Amino acid sequence: MSACEQHRNIDMYEWDFIAVFSDIDLLALGLLNTLKVTSLALLFGIPLGLMLAVSRLSRFKPLSFSASFIIEFFRTTPPLVQLFWFFFALPILIDIRMTPLIASVLTFSIQSSAFFAEIFRGGIQSIDKGQWEGAKAIGMNYWQSMRRIILPQAVKRMIPAFMERSIELLKTTTLVSTVAYTDLMYQANDLAQKTFRPLEVYTVVAVMYFILIFVFSQVSLLIEHRLARSGESTVR
Amino acid sequence: MNTDWLAAAKARCASMQHNWDFATIIQNWPVLMVGLKGTVWIFLVTVVIGLSTGLIVGICRYAKNRWIRWPATALVEIFRNTPVLVQIIWFYYAFPILTGIDVNPFLAAVLGISLNTMAFSAEIYRAGIQSIEPGQWEAGKAIGMTYSQTMRRIILPVALRRILPALTNRGIEVFKMSTLASVVAYVETLSKAKLIADLNYNPIEAYTAVAILFFVVLYPIVQLTYVLERTLRKSDA
Amino acid sequence: MPNETVKLAQVYKSFGELEVLKGIDLTVNSGETVVMLGSSGSGKSTLLRCINFMETPTAGHIYLHGDRVGAEKSGKIYYRESELCKLRSKIGMVFQHFNLFPHMTVLQNVMEGQITVLKRGKSESIQKAQAQLERVGLLDKADEYPSRLSGGQKQRVAIARALAMDPEVMLFDEVTSALDPELVGEVLKTMRQLAEDGMTMVIVTHELGFAYHVANRVLFLDDGVILEQGVPHDILKHPKTQRMREFLEGHSLFKLPE
Repeated sequence: MSACEQHRNIDMYEWDFIAVFSDIDLLALGLLNTLKVTSLALLFGIPLGLMLAVSRLSRFKPLSFSASFIIEFFRTTPPLVQLFWFFFALPILIDIRMTPLIASVLTFSIQSSAFFAEIFRGGIQSIDKGQWEGAKAIGMNYWQSMRRIILPQAVKRMIPAFMERSIELLKTTTLVSTVAYTDLMYQANDLAQKTFRPLEVYTVVAVMYFILIFVFSQVSLLIEHRLARSGESTVR
Repeated sequence: MNTDWLAAAKARCASMQHNWDFATIIQNWPVLMVGLKGTVWIFLVTVVIGLSTGLIVGICRYAKNRWIRWPATALVEIFRNTPVLVQIIWFYYAFPILTGIDVNPFLAAVLGISLNTMAFSAEIYRAGIQSIEPGQWEAGKAIGMTYSQTMRRIILPVALRRILPALTNRGIEVFKMSTLASVVAYVETLSKAKLIADLNYNPIEAYTAVAILFFVVLYPIVQLTYVLERTLRKSDA
Repeated sequence: MPNETVKLAQVYKSFGELEVLKGIDLTVNSGETVVMLGSSGSGKSTLLRCINFMETPTAGHIYLHGDRVGAEKSGKIYYRESELCKLRSKIGMVFQHFNLFPHMTVLQNVMEGQITVLKRGKSESIQKAQAQLERVGLLDKADEYPSRLSGGQKQRVAIARALAMDPEVMLFDEVTSALDPELVGEVLKTMRQLAEDGMTMVIVTHELGFAYHVANRVLFLDDGVILEQGVPHDILKHPKTQRMREFLEGHSLFKLPE
């Protein structure tokens, strides 16, 4: 194809979204699965992250060391490597029937828990030492102080970082398409091959992701502003 | 039913003994190193392009002229709010159709990752610039400096120092992101590991090796960011 | 001695290399108001914080109503967290920086320890909390959040929070030091009222006037030891040691009544 012909080709490219929209239910299913993986990963990742954070803050060295190691390991290795490991390697190590969904949820629960752990830790450490003392002075033990006094305040401060991480998670779940989980990205690949319309398909999917993530970001910004305005009324 | 399940679990535990065999990995070490070279190469290209264009876009987002500010904002929002993988794939499959430009895996990955890095670092730069007290701008103005002089000589030196930990973190993210280039068949560490795993039927060792490789490379850098954060906090206090 | 509330015997405390308390013996009797004076770094706050184990003494024994805190095993003393929590629930403490819980209302602040630690019922806790808020004159602020209160009001809430636990002794750690001068009076008045009601109190303060008028006994700490002690009139008017004289001269703004 000569340069001139190619040039003409561009001018003549006719966008055709009909093929995409006639199969929009495929993409809708993908979107649903994307949200499914994301919410399952959040469901397991957040409590796991809290456990890791509290372990890392523990004065019991072996516990704090192993928590730190898990956190740092999952923060410094690429999620795609983790996903491949859980999908291809783990089933050999322990005899379970691995499905794309299990591998995806497993990977992203643990991966995001490492990041959530650091958010929790930051939040807990940001609370004034006097709050621990105030709780201690009325006879509360470590867990009572943590549950009743420290966490309720820390969680409020963590919300922005928390939302940001959840949005990152949502974006990262596109990787599950590489192990053939039928998320939005996977459905897009499928549809692009079927319709021979990659430009339209990938553009539509990019826009879908954009709208989804943009809306989430705006909501989180709104919450952040509201929190900032209400002021995190710390004593002093 | 319950005991059946228990028996099955026991059988699973019995079959759990996996004979770790890293010999094939060591044999294939040169292959893995070819991959690492690809990883480092794409990392360097994307991090340099991403962080430098990010600085420009970040400053533009702070501009008073809306014809500079709005496009910069749009660029940042578009690339921050879409997944990198979607960007890479779009550049690989869709972009050539739109423009007629031939895009190879390397270029697609570089475009996707650089633009994503640009968008994220632009926000970091912007936050850094905004963190400088207004008094600094006024002081620059008071001794007769222009906007760009004040920016270059007064604001940026302090802002850049402040955002160093955030930029380093971004760099770490970019290094990890480079694995996504394997999806469009660019040769890097993970794709080489997959090759080794497929040829030798040893996915455990292959993927464990890659994970450890990344950990070994990035862990010292993560520690470095902690040190940076601490020293900066001290010097700011 | 039936009315001995707190007793410290040969208490030592070190932070790393730094020895802050060097063998303190102290008995506080029921209903007594003891004021501890001393320049910063003299160890007075550390001593106060050792009484309810906010700091664990390096050596020595502490008794509450004659019962020794901690269990001794082969010459070393061990403290279980549950035992210390129980102890702290019986000893009220008020801090320089209030340490109120900002995510709870004033009433909830005063209820919190009763419910979580003492396992009191909700209605009983509310009643107790209201009674103590009434006592410090802040019942009308019960539903406010601490951030809406003045420093003096916050400190009175902190006092109510400690009182609601029905403590056997109250510890005050420089409770007026972080307050604006015009707010100091209301807090001191509350404390004076407590003393008159017969509360056992140990107070670290710089308010010499308060010490003079309210204390039954004044201690002067210097470099980790109790250098002087006695009734306020004697010790403040006729200090025996050079260190104490210097300390009092440092507070020359305050004029003791002739």
